[in-house]
Amino acid sequence: MDRREFFTLKRRAKATSPKPYAGLRQIYSGLTPYTGTWTVKEVSHLLKRTMFGAKKADIDYFLAMTPSAAVDALLNVPTGLPAPPLKNYDNTGIDATDGDIAVAQGATWVNTVSDDGTANGNRVNSLKSWWIGNMINQDRSIREKMTLFWHNHFATETIEYERGTYGYRYNTLLRESAVGNFKKLVKDMTLNIAMLRYLNGYLNTNTAPDENYARELQELFTLGKENNPNYTEDDVKAAARVLTGWRIKKEDETIFFNANQHDRNSKTFSSFFNGTVIAGRSDAAGAEAELDDLINMIFAKSVEVSEFIVKKLYTWFVYYTIEPDTITNVIKPLAQQFRDGGWEIKPVLATLLKSEHFFDILSQGCLIKSPIEMIVMMMREFDVAFPADYENQYYMWDYLRSQATTMQQNLFDPPSVSGWPAYYQVPQFYEMWINHDTMPKREMFIDLLIVNGYTRNNVKLIIDPVAFTENSFPTAVILDPNTFIDAVLDILYRVPLSATVKTNIKTQILLLGQYDDHYWTNAWFTYIGDKTNMAGYSAVFNRLQPFYKYLMNLAEYQLA
Amino acid sequence: MKRRDFFKQTLPASVTLPALLNGFSVKAFTGASPLVQALMGTATDTDKVLVMIQLNGGNDGLNMVIPIETYSNYYNARANIAIAQNKILALNGTSKTGLHPSMTGLQTLYNEKKLAIIQAVGYEHPNFSHFRATDIWMSASDSEQVISTGWIGRYLNIEYPNFPNGYPTAQMPDPLAIQIGSVANLAMQGPAFPMGMTISNVNGNYLFLDEIGDPPTANTPWGKELTYIRMIMGQTEKYSNVIRAAAAKVTSQGSYPSGNDLAQQLKIVARLVKGGLKTRVYMVSTGGFDTHSSQVEAADTTVGTHARLMARVSDAIKSFMDDLKGLGVDDRVIGMTFSEFGRRIKSNSSLGTDHGAAAPVFVFGKNVRSGIFGTNPTIPTGAGGNDNVPYQYDFRSIYASILKQWFCVNDNDLQTIMLKNFQNIPLCVNAACGATGVDDVIRGDGEQLIVNYPNPFVERTSITFNTKGGHTLVQVMDTMGRVIKTLTDKVYTSGTYTVSFDGYGLPLGVYYARFQNGATQQVRPMLKTR
Repeated sequence: MDRREFFTLKRRAKATSPKPYAGLRQIYSGLTPYTGTWTVKEVSHLLKRTMFGAKKADIDYFLAMTPSAAVDALLNVPTGLPAPPLKNYDNTGIDATDGDIAVAQGATWVNTVSDDGTANGNRVNSLKSWWIGNMINQDRSIREKMTLFWHNHFATETIEYERGTYGYRYNTLLRESAVGNFKKLVKDMTLNIAMLRYLNGYLNTNTAPDENYARELQELFTLGKENNPNYTEDDVKAAARVLTGWRIKKEDETIFFNANQHDRNSKTFSSFFNGTVIAGRSDAAGAEAELDDLINMIFAKSVEVSEFIVKKLYTWFVYYTIEPDTITNVIKPLAQQFRDGGWEIKPVLATLLKSEHFFDILSQGCLIKSPIEMIVMMMREFDVAFPADYENQYYMWDYLRSQATTMQQNLFDPPSVSGWPAYYQVPQFYEMWINHDTMPKREMFIDLLIVNGYTRNNVKLIIDPVAFTENSFPTAVILDPNTFIDAVLDILYRVPLSATVKTNIKTQILLLGQYDDHYWTNAWFTYIGDKTNMAGYSAVFNRLQPFYKYLMNLAEYQLA
Repeated sequence: MKRRDFFKQTLPASVTLPALLNGFSVKAFTGASPLVQALMGTATDTDKVLVMIQLNGGNDGLNMVIPIETYSNYYNARANIAIAQNKILALNGTSKTGLHPSMTGLQTLYNEKKLAIIQAVGYEHPNFSHFRATDIWMSASDSEQVISTGWIGRYLNIEYPNFPNGYPTAQMPDPLAIQIGSVANLAMQGPAFPMGMTISNVNGNYLFLDEIGDPPTANTPWGKELTYIRMIMGQTEKYSNVIRAAAAKVTSQGSYPSGNDLAQQLKIVARLVKGGLKTRVYMVSTGGFDTHSSQVEAADTTVGTHARLMARVSDAIKSFMDDLKGLGVDDRVIGMTFSEFGRRIKSNSSLGTDHGAAAPVFVFGKNVRSGIFGTNPTIPTGAGGNDNVPYQYDFRSIYASILKQWFCVNDNDLQTIMLKNFQNIPLCVNAACGATGVDDVIRGDGEQLIVNYPNPFVERTSITFNTKGGHTLVQVMDTMGRVIKTLTDKVYTSGTYTVSFDGYGLPLGVYYARFQNGATQQVRPMLKTR
């Protein structure tokens, strides 16, 4: 349904199926490729969901393509990795014998093992800052958004595994697998050093199997917990036995197999898995073969696995309410494509993101920005200038990281192995991000960034309202306050404002209580006529700063 | 006239009256008695408070409340993490059960008769997943049942059925419930709205923009989210002033251990209670209980991760109780601890324990009936990796008992809130509940938009709603949030209308009539009975 049709059409007489609580959607579109209008609005929708924000330059870039070509371009992720995180701290408090001492400031620490608590605390902060930096400086692809998706899906916490190097290897696996093969990722993740440490795989032993990973592998990573029937407690125990014996050598951070701690008996699974028996084996190759058997057995429940993952992708990219029509029109066919395609993620995302359903008016504007999204989107959409030297860059990224943390999204440290509640907690979902504590924090962050800026080490991080205006819009658009407001809203908002409200904002802020549009037009003319004239500059600055602040302070700004 | 109004108007504080009240002669009480004060509803003394303490991750109950009675079985099941028998803290009046050596504060409270220990609390078919088990505890559902509301949310929805329309009100100027922290949780979720408020800083204040935005199109997903965000903005502003004012009234408090996040949260609670908030329920939480590995030090099992956790909980509760006493509000507050599950009887080889089933719950406060409820869990000789502590008490019995005995919730409402009947455990003392039902004055607060009559109903009930005009929707939902019936879904002119709901053939239990008119929503719980 397109926007006009939605607002003019009468409600459908009879819903085909009962609507779940708070669903409120009557959405019937499916996976047919979208062929409707392709304007700034639709491009902005696509970019806000698949990247961190819709920068004006990016909007223009994708606007020149067809919707299908735009999605293909976004899914064409680079193969190379970003430059690794750097040592942005000194050696204070680090044991003189620790390997980290030899790493020069400004060089990367990822190739040097460190066992020192202080060094690793610093490394983890460096790593978190670095990821924020990668998001801000992302290329025109879906990679960073998918890396965060996988972090939420295969959640681990640095507070458990402690070592910066583990976190880097974990994050790298997520990034390299961003739009890759899901089944392969499950296996790689099972033997990833951070995950092995986080869910106690490295302690899992034949004499006392540790069920931690075996449970989450099924409940959170592949099958989900809502199948009926589902895997049993005995399946958790049997899977734990399959996974016994994998160890971490802390000295060089390699993973090895200790045959003496592996359960060599055969493992029998419940009728949910058709009574599968995984034969016990004794050496590393055998244990890996057992792992393959386990993953094959789980993925043989292909309907359960595919629908579980597709629903998670849907909740991440579209909305959290999945009513029966959407199950039929979107989830099931996508899940079919997913399993038929051998668990490749990219084609599934292509179908979803190119679909009528994704561009349906009822799929737009309803995503409450996560703290990371709100912060990084703000930096990118306003094109906030960052310092060029690494030391000050890390200071700024670190500040943004800490702000996201106070708003309840601590990168690399989600609250639990389930990830962030906004993506699973019924019935609130995204609304979990917004409460009486976090909402004022969001507003205060907005106010600081647009009014005073954040200053550290004599460098200021601030939104420049004049530069943003000038760089984003043609002069002809800016000169008319009406077209100017519309153009700004097309970038910053995904939900409409009424003419009354827009007039009010124009009159009260851009025209300072007057009623003649020329006051604004003349002010902008004066400014561009002589940019060295400080009076002319401050006249537009003093209108634009409260204008953008106002737009960001309204509830509408929290939606994408 | 409501019972309370009657007494307000007819009973001078200093005069005794030869009237009967549920069989009690009021003559027996002076104006200073708690009963009369409770009936008067004027003294802050009648404002009872419940503090919920959530221990995130699944606490190892067997190393917290230790079965000395079956020590050798206990030891054999978990030799690598067992607490040495001579280190276990003794409790007055019993030699069968003791506490973790780090819990000296709770030991003192027990010996002062301010602590109840309820053994082996759980439910049938325990779930071992963190998030599902947490949902079960928060929603108070059966193991296999998915309920989208929280038990505190349902309680507050019965008490303040019109919330948030027109709130805050003169009768209830304060948040209904406060969660300390930054993450809201399911327990406080009402049938349509979060009933609680989440704060981390009592001095927080932010002036949000006035609502000049467009009224959202309610039938779109973005309309729903926009309405929600605006509601939170509005509530935050309205309530932040009362919270600041309450906090400012308290200038000195007892000491709390630093570096103890739970203690710091409870300190805020004590401050707000003393500051006069009428808020009924507070929720605090602390994490780190998922001790799959290294829960003790190999060399000394009385130290290590779990010992620090036990000390954190015990020290925090003790300093909180001391502070409440010093502030003179200890009569008004009880608290309880809970965790989503206990841990396995047998330890693993990583000096830890895996996800388990039932575990003990603490209920503390000056007005708690202290002692140990239930018996030590049975620990089999040669416990295997699959052996779990079976439950003796359903966790919902504790909720129900507190609602009934502490908040005076009547049996009908109790069933609506708890969704069925649960065993009543004598946990706490509130003289007011012995004699009267809940305060029904506040139920008229706010703007009432939907009612049904009769309620409870047997087969049919009439639902009357008040629409401002425009599109109006009335649906009946079950406790799982499924729409059972749409009673009306069309455009009205403003006014009051009645529709009828026929519940023939539906299972007995709680249903919600949900009213939606533009951006306004309200829900009415309805109980179907025999």
